[in-house]
Amino acid sequence: MTFTPPPRDAANVSPDAASPQRRSRVSPALRAYQYNLLAYKRTWRGSLTTTFLYPVLYLAAIGVGLGHLIDHGSNKAVGGVPYLWFLAPGLLAGTAMQIGANESTFPVMAGIKWLKTYFAMLATPLEVTDVLYGHLLWILTRVALASGVFLAVMTAFHTVPSAWAVAAFPAAVLTGAAFSAPVMAFSATRETDQSFVVLYRFGIVPLFLFSGTFFPVTQLPGWLQVIARCTPLYQGVSLCRGLVLGRPGGWDALGHAVYLLVMFAGGVLAARVSYRRRLVQ
Amino acid sequence: MQARRLTKRFGEFTAVDAVDFDIHVGEAFGFLGANGAGKTSTMRMIACLSPISGGTLQVLGLDPMREGPQIRSRIGLVPQDDTLDLELTVRDNLYLYGRYFGLPKKQLRERVDELLEFARLTERADERVDPLSGGMRRRLTIARALVSSPSLVILDEPTTGLDPQARHLLWDRLYRLKREGVTLVITTHYMDEAEQLCDRLVVMDAGRIAAAGSPRELIEQWSTREVVELRFEAEGHQVHGDRLADLAERVEVLPDRLLLYTDEGDATLDAVRSRGASPIAALVRRSTLEDVFLHLTGRSLVD
Repeated sequence: MTFTPPPRDAANVSPDAASPQRRSRVSPALRAYQYNLLAYKRTWRGSLTTTFLYPVLYLAAIGVGLGHLIDHGSNKAVGGVPYLWFLAPGLLAGTAMQIGANESTFPVMAGIKWLKTYFAMLATPLEVTDVLYGHLLWILTRVALASGVFLAVMTAFHTVPSAWAVAAFPAAVLTGAAFSAPVMAFSATRETDQSFVVLYRFGIVPLFLFSGTFFPVTQLPGWLQVIARCTPLYQGVSLCRGLVLGRPGGWDALGHAVYLLVMFAGGVLAARVSYRRRLVQ
Repeated sequence: MQARRLTKRFGEFTAVDAVDFDIHVGEAFGFLGANGAGKTSTMRMIACLSPISGGTLQVLGLDPMREGPQIRSRIGLVPQDDTLDLELTVRDNLYLYGRYFGLPKKQLRERVDELLEFARLTERADERVDPLSGGMRRRLTIARALVSSPSLVILDEPTTGLDPQARHLLWDRLYRLKREGVTLVITTHYMDEAEQLCDRLVVMDAGRIAAAGSPRELIEQWSTREVVELRFEAEGHQVHGDRLADLAERVEVLPDRLLLYTDEGDATLDAVRSRGASPIAALVRRSTLEDVFLHLTGRSLVD
């Protein structure tokens, strides 16, 4: 076999011909983040339903429709406010949790197995922690986007009686963050996406239904009530609801916030370990 | 680059077993071996993707264990899996990769255009990667590895799974890099690839280096000048091998053919015929690295 050498005038790719390398000052984790940003620009239409349509549908169907029936009875149980007011902040926290968890399962598997984007990043100067923090920051961006939209929809439904509601935005993001980091840690240990279905069925969905989202946990029998009060989503729901309704509730609120912060921090530490185990061999 | 008693263990399993090698600036260096010989593990240690388990390794004069990001900023890696984002366009894949290196946007855009040209993908630049052929994806992966103008490019099985035409186009691109002074480190289980591309290479088997040298040196040292390949009716190879053994320096019996190692192929073939053996096919050829590998390991490279 013989080969004809190509002409020398074609694109110059030699190392010494390139101008001296200037590196941008953007931190490595933000460079990883940028990947998600660009990828999202190409695929954002797909997430429109979950981000924009769901809050409207939920608030309209359950809040307005069901709320109408409930308000004709007694609304004492929900704190003497219209049911829609009660429900909306619960759904806000629940949605933040769902997005936080969801974005931390399949996309992590894609990074490791399906598209291997993590490995592409690791072949460059980026380190495992950069890959992790870049992705985590992106997930929090998604949670923030969804929470912001949800709050805007809530305002349009006239369910935001207090200016405290502004503080419900970081509270919702914190709720999403508290779920995101531990779920990322978990996802990085999985070989298939089967476990994500299990996580949803036995974790996320029950939490969504029984953490005071749709009805006060006081409606549950005693021992279930104790369990419900200990769940992470309960903290997020209570925090968001207190703020939206203008009853932040001092120490309680602080307790909820600390709970969520600790869960987030623990999740980050766990994810650092599981990412390193999975990606560096 | 220098490795001394470089070792990689995964639990009980030793993938790379105390290997020594030196790779010089500007040369094309190959790791030739069958699947599972430890080539990829060695490669991953060089690329600072995998911590070393023992021995010492220096890459570009730096320590991979402590200075991984600095080393990786100066090398380009072409992994066995392409790790391209199939949903994104060809251009975006190059652009984003450059951003991982922290290249400034303006400089990077120009660089991406150059690389599209180099990989002959300019016309497909704004299409998604998904529908591209294997050869195109491979060229894109190589172009991507060049985005930071590395002085060392590491290619893990660069042409596995490609058709001959795509391979030749790829080799041609690699020649160009070599002529421009880029150091190439290539793993392959194709002996023709190693022969064509590599200035020097090591033959790896079961985590160890079985032999080292230029392709010509290896052939001279471990094989004869020529080989007579004989094909007989089914099942007859072992019998014929025993009968003809004294006609050659060495005989290899493979399931589908018989190899006689000799310096004068035509004379040996005449001798075979005069013994009354009648192979259904006979061929005299020069020795290749495949023969070296067969001699060193007792196995052929590609099953």
